[in-house]
Order: sequence, then C-alpha cells, then structure tokens
Amino acid sequence: MLTYFIQRLVYVVPVALGVSVFCFLLVHIAPGDPLTAVMPIDATAEQQAAMRAAYGFDKPLPVQFLVWLGNALAGDLGNSIATGRPVAGEVMRAVGNTLILAFAASLIGFSLGILFGFIAGYFKDTPIDRAVTALSITGVSVPNYWLGIVLVVIFSVMLGWLPSTGAGPGGSSAWRWDVEHLRFIVLPAVTLSVVPMGIVARTVRALVGDVLSQDFVTALAAKGMGRAGILRHVMRNVAPTTLSVVGLQLGYLLGGSILIETVFNWPGTGFLLSNAIFQRDLPLLQGTILVLALFFVFVNLLVDLVQPLVDPRIKRT
Amino acid sequence: MSVTAKTTINIAREEISDSSRGYWREVFQRLRRDPVAMACGTLILLLLAAVIFAPWIGLQDPVTGSMIQRLKPVGTPGHVLGTDELGRDMLSRLVYGGRLTLMLGLLPVLFALVIGTALGVFAGYAGGIFNTVIMRVVDVFFAFPSILLAIAISGALGAGIVNSLVSLTIVFIPPITRVAESVTASVRSLEYVDAARISGAGPLTVVRVHVLGNVLSPIFVYATSLTSVSMILAAGLSFLGLGVRPPEPEWGLMLNTLRTAIYIDPLIAALPGVMIFLTSLCLNLLSDGLRSAMNVKD
Repeated sequence: MLTYFIQRLVYVVPVALGVSVFCFLLVHIAPGDPLTAVMPIDATAEQQAAMRAAYGFDKPLPVQFLVWLGNALAGDLGNSIATGRPVAGEVMRAVGNTLILAFAASLIGFSLGILFGFIAGYFKDTPIDRAVTALSITGVSVPNYWLGIVLVVIFSVMLGWLPSTGAGPGGSSAWRWDVEHLRFIVLPAVTLSVVPMGIVARTVRALVGDVLSQDFVTALAAKGMGRAGILRHVMRNVAPTTLSVVGLQLGYLLGGSILIETVFNWPGTGFLLSNAIFQRDLPLLQGTILVLALFFVFVNLLVDLVQPLVDPRIKRT
Repeated sequence: MSVTAKTTINIAREEISDSSRGYWREVFQRLRRDPVAMACGTLILLLLAAVIFAPWIGLQDPVTGSMIQRLKPVGTPGHVLGTDELGRDMLSRLVYGGRLTLMLGLLPVLFALVIGTALGVFAGYAGGIFNTVIMRVVDVFFAFPSILLAIAISGALGAGIVNSLVSLTIVFIPPITRVAESVTASVRSLEYVDAARISGAGPLTVVRVHVLGNVLSPIFVYATSLTSVSMILAAGLSFLGLGVRPPEPEWGLMLNTLRTAIYIDPLIAALPGVMIFLTSLCLNLLSDGLRSAMNVKD
C-alpha cells in the first residue's frame, strides 16, 4: 500500500519535469527571435547582443532551462510582453475563475453522466438505453464552442433569460457565490459539461452492463438478494474505473474551457491564452500552459492516490 | 534447413494474407448489416465527393461577395443557404469550407497513424531502453489535455494551415503510440511468435506478419474515432484564430466571423457549426459500427 503511494509520487517527478521541458521549448520552437517583440527595430548588433545577454538568451539551452526552471520553482514565470506585468500573478488570478467554471461544469456533467450511464447500463438494449446512448454520442460529437453560441442565441438573444457573456454584473471579474453571479455561470457551465457527460455516460453504461453479466450477480440474485442490494454491489465494482475516467475528464475540463471561455468572455485562463495568442505574448502563453498542465498532472496523481480507497484490490498488490 | 524454414514461412504468410482478406470481407459484410453505420458512411462519402469536386459543381465564388447582398436569409433566390457577413454565398462557402475542415480532420490522424504505429511497434518489439525512452516521452505528452497541447504548439508556431497540421499530428501521435505499444508487447510474448522466431523468421518478418496483423485493426478503429476529435479541434483552432486565415473558407473560422451576426440571422450564424456537428456525429457512429464489426474492445 505504502509502496503504491511512493511509486505514484516518484512517477510524477519525471512527468512534471518533462512538462516543464516542453513548456520551456515552446518559446524556442516559435519562429523568429523571442526578443523581436521587445527589441527596437533599429537596434544595432551590439544593442541586440546586450539585450540577449540581459535576458540570458546568449547562454546554451540547457543552462537557460535550468535558470528558467529555478525561477519557475520560485514562483517567477517571467513578465508578460504585452502588459509587462508578472505572468505568475496574471495566471493565478485567472486560474481561480477557470477552476470555478470547471467545478460547476463537472458537477453537472459527472452527476448526469453517471446517472444516465447507470440507467442505460441497467436497462441495456431497451428504448431507454438507446435514448441515453444517442444523447451521449451527441454530447461527444458536438463542437462545444458552437453549442455555446447556440445556447446564447436561444437563452440570451431570443428568450432573454440569462446573460450571454462575462462572469458577473457590470463586467466584474471577481467571483461571488450569489444568485446574480450564478446567472452568469449557467450557460458556460452547461456548455462545458456536455462532452464529459457524454464520455462518462458511455463509460458507466459499458461498465454496468459488463458487471451485470458476470456470474456473481446471478449468484447474488439466486441466493435471494433484492434489486437494491445487487445495485450496491454493481456500484462498488463500477466505482474505480468511473473514478479514473472522471479524474481524466476533470483535467480535460481545465483545458477544454479555453474555447468556451472565449465564447463567453469568461475571465479565466482560456481568456488569458487567447489574448496571449492574439498578441503573440509567448511568456504569457508559456506560463499559462505550464500551470494548466501541472494542474492536470496533479489531478491525475490525486485520482491515483484516492483509487485504493474505492478499489481494495490495489491494496493487496 | 534454411530453405525449408523459408518455405514454411512463405506458406504461413500466404495463409495469413488469405485469411486477412477473408477477415476484411467479413468485416465489411457485418458492417453492411448495420444500417446506422452504412447511412453515416454514405453521408461521409457524399460529403467527400462534394468537397473534392467543389470547383466543378457550379458553385459561386466562395471568396468574393457583394456588400449589398450581406446576410440574406436562407432561401434567397440565387443563394439557397443565404449569404454571410460579407455577402458571400453560404452554400458555396460551406462546401469549400468542408475541404479544409475535413482535410484538417483526416490528415493529422493519418500522419499520426503512420508515425505512432511505427513508434509503438518499435517500442513494444524492441523493449528495453528504447521502450523506456519512447514511452516516457509519450507519458509527458499525456500530461496535456489534447486541446491544450494543440493550442500550445499552434500558439507558439503561429496561425496557418501547415502549423495546424503539425500541431494536431503531434497531439495524436502519443495515444496511437500507446495503443500500438501495448498490443505489440502482448503479441510479442505469444507462443506462435516465439515459434516463428525459432524457425528463422527475422524481426521484420515477425513484425510484418504477426505484429501488424494483430495491431492494425484495433489501431484502425481507434484512429477512426480520433478523426471526429481532430476535426473538432482543427475547427476550434481556426475559431481561436490559430488555424486557417481569412478569407479562406473553413467551418471553424466561419463560425468565428459569423459570431457578430447571431443577433441578425442566428440560423446563418449556426450553419457552419451544424456542418461540424453532423460530420463528427457521422464519423463517431461509423467508428462505433466499425468497432463492433471488427470486434474490437475499448
């Protein structure tokens, strides 16, 4: 059990290191000199060299990487080219809003996905099952940025029930858990929840169908166990895999919110990223991607660590 | 001795290619009995035919429009599906737009299929240090949600069709490599592969006959399920301004430029998204049909 925990923790280190190498290299695969944006057009060769030295771009790549990594570990992700402000501060402010949106979306997506998947798996090959399957395949196939626009057309433009963009009244970006603010999160959260709902429903349906066809279920029914009791057994067997799929989808929600945040002008990391792309602000792009990817690694680690609690088989190995 | 070994392998190979032909015929026959998959396959073929032959089916110019004809509704004479925000014919733009969107959906998966299969089979078959290096790099890429990875690479490289192709190909190589590696590793330790090796089959023969024969169908099914993801991602990149550049028609980009029109004509503004949605739905249903016809499990 303890070896399992240690194994998982040790395994994360090289992955996190690899993620930071990738993010570091992002600036270097970009065409052109990373300094063109800050360098005056008429800079002389000496001025250019001085600038390069000031930013540390004159050193070999591995040295640059170590310096960059050291700074990143100390919480310094460099400064945004467009605003000149520290990237770390900008990203941290935005990450909070992205997490709120991802949390709301996962609440909707996971609960409905598990519920639908369970019903479909239990009533396999009935019209109920086919309806749920159709719904989940629609959820997986729909481009969610388009769904967002459609929902805005229906609920904001035509019906006027919900606000179409922003994260609070008067364009405020400070989130509060009250009705006025919740009205703003409904459309983006529903839009974002559709894909994970489809995937979770699909997985849970297959799992439930699988478990129900196993011999031990027949044995339980034969010894006279009621429907509720059998369902409890099914749930315990389905839980571990469901948990890992849910964890993976939670990570995808963090990344997938980029397009949705752009559609709804939600002031999170996606909004930051689209600004960074638009202004070719590479340090901001790099910092945001790094933080989001490390979050994803962290969520996966968390799922791995929680896994033994729902799956006693792991403890024994 | 070596002569006999070679003949045995030749016979074995003929039998395998014979049975694999039968396998594909059987798959197609099973697929034909699946009405949903057949309908979706037909629709996708029709769409492919339309986008390939777009210049010869009497469509209007997709790039030039007239400002006095802006945002005409669906059903306007001369513009069956109306016109966009710059007065360009929507029908023509949707057909021409499908060219780029479908290309950006299919090509990255195709490239990744070739590269990922090669990497995965090599890693799985060679084992040892090669396996460790390749699979640990794959693990790092798995630490990124696919859309984030696509945006990271495209964002660094800049907008453009080629850059989109590159970034989407990189996104799909790791998952395909992982599937190929795990199937290869499990096939490699089977007894009949040992038997083939002992009777003198070289690594290339073993890989071509035994490994690829087993690896290709799960990977193929997996790749077809990736095409819809790839198309949605590609359109998403264009939607963010990272893919195709205006005035080139592309469904994601059209969705973006038509966003301002949702207050005037929501139906026109939604049309490119409807196309993405229907195509990806068809691709997913077809892939599901293939999965059960080929008897591949998730």
